[in-house]
Amino acid sequence: MLAFLVRRLLTLALTAWLATLVVFAVLEAIPGDPALVMLGTSAQPEAVAALRAQMGLDRPWPVRYAGWVGGMLHGDFGTSLTYARPVAGLVADRLAITLPLAGLALVLSAGIAIPLGLFAAGRQGRAGDWAVMAFGQMGIAVPGFWFAILLILLFSVRLGWFSAGGFPGWEAGAGPALKALLLPAVALALPEAAILARITRTAALDTLREEYVRTAVAKGLPRRAVLRRHVLPNALIPVATILGLQFSFLVAGAVVVENVFTLPGLGRLLYQAIGQHDLIVVQSVVVLLAVTVVAVNALVDIVCAAIDPRPRVTA
Amino acid sequence: MRRLVQRVRRLPVSLLLGGLLTALVVGAALLSLVWTPFPAEQVRVVARLRPPGPVHWLGTDHFGRDVLSMILVGARNSLAVGAAAVALGALLGVPLGLAASAWGRWGDEAVARLGDLLFAFPAVLTAILLTAALGAGAVNVVLALGLFNAAVFARVARGAALAVWRRDFVRAALALGRGPLSVTLVHVLPNIAGVVIVQGTVLFAVAVLNEAALSYLGLGIQPPSPSWGKMLGDAQTFLFTAPLQAIFPGAAIAVTVLGLNLLGDGLRDALDPRHRSAGLL
Repeated sequence: MLAFLVRRLLTLALTAWLATLVVFAVLEAIPGDPALVMLGTSAQPEAVAALRAQMGLDRPWPVRYAGWVGGMLHGDFGTSLTYARPVAGLVADRLAITLPLAGLALVLSAGIAIPLGLFAAGRQGRAGDWAVMAFGQMGIAVPGFWFAILLILLFSVRLGWFSAGGFPGWEAGAGPALKALLLPAVALALPEAAILARITRTAALDTLREEYVRTAVAKGLPRRAVLRRHVLPNALIPVATILGLQFSFLVAGAVVVENVFTLPGLGRLLYQAIGQHDLIVVQSVVVLLAVTVVAVNALVDIVCAAIDPRPRVTA
Repeated sequence: MRRLVQRVRRLPVSLLLGGLLTALVVGAALLSLVWTPFPAEQVRVVARLRPPGPVHWLGTDHFGRDVLSMILVGARNSLAVGAAAVALGALLGVPLGLAASAWGRWGDEAVARLGDLLFAFPAVLTAILLTAALGAGAVNVVLALGLFNAAVFARVARGAALAVWRRDFVRAALALGRGPLSVTLVHVLPNIAGVVIVQGTVLFAVAVLNEAALSYLGLGIQPPSPSWGKMLGDAQTFLFTAPLQAIFPGAAIAVTVLGLNLLGDGLRDALDPRHRSAGLL
């Protein structure tokens, strides 16, 4: 297990380092002067020169890269030009919305998908199975942002139960804040739940064919108890792996869904930073999200390897 | 004729339904090349936000443009971006996967690490990064989606190719003195083509979804060229006055993605019956 852990952490560090290189290289490839891109062509030459110095553009790229990565390792992500604030503080503020949103979406997704997948596996080939798998196909086909718009149409425009967007802030209380996050979380959770339900069903069907499950059934254990005690724990390993992989889709989905609901989260910050040519924010947030995706996948691998020895042996 | 009907009946339901839906969307895209009820970019402010009716079957948008015409042209744009992204991904990823399978441990390791890196950047994130650097547009969307697809194609091609390399006829070809390149092209590539095609249809569907999301954000296909995602973005502004505007483009995306996914599932079942599932599923 230790060798697997070391190997996985080394891979994580290598991928995270490569991710910083890619982001830096892409933004280095901007045609023209990045300071001019950020300030616009009508900017005063003095302001452009000052920004060039602030961004370190007068230094060679290896020095700038080392300074940028070194800063990030110490929690210094630079200063946003638009907000005149350290990017780290901005990101922390926005994470206070994006993290609960992603967490809520994950909980909803797993809470819907795992029971549905088990239900379908227990009724393979029957109407219930067909209904769950049809839900799976539709959930994957419906774009999350369209589903978000449909939710607004139904629950905000028609019924008036929720506001069509915005966030009251955590200072308004947990109730109103969570209420503002509920529809976006449902919109984010649907495509994930659809995929996860299919995976759960497949994993549960595989487990149902195992001899120990047949023995449990032969012993006369009720079907629900077999599913809960014997099938679910074993089917959860592939489900956990997919949940980890889905985190990257959740990140991408959050960028879009936060914009549908005008939620001031990390995704919206990134989107607005593009419009404002705030490259320092774009650079830092993209790296942060990419490294988070890599770290979550590594964590899932490690947890799964701790539960199930087979990946350790394969690795 | 009877034999043909029998053969079609034996095909998986998902293949038939997916093929039908995909043909419908491709047909709409091709039709838009020669005919649309109105020019898709024609602005008529006097006819803005009209509900569906005999003249404008799906109504008009806030500029008075005919929604049906925009959806037909949008199909063309969406499919073009999806096809280009899949082609780019396959062109980069399949040779990479094949090379990794032939090169042994180091090739494997390199493809695995490249895959890890590209998976760290979901397609939407890559597109945002490229947009920040190069500006918004369909070409950058194709590039972003193509790079993501390349990682998937490389992994799939490598996995499938490794299985082929272990087969007897490949060992026999190597024993007869054929080089790795020749074996790869003559024996391995044709044997993994099915897997690659199935993966291609799935990635096509994902590309259509991502293109729509990026166009919704204003980072994809640029106006005045119609795109389903941008139409949804515009429709959201008029949800209170013209809610139907938010239905049709979304339904078009869902039908396209559903068709491609079912087609992918059906092709997989048809090419490898071991995977065959119950009917549509």
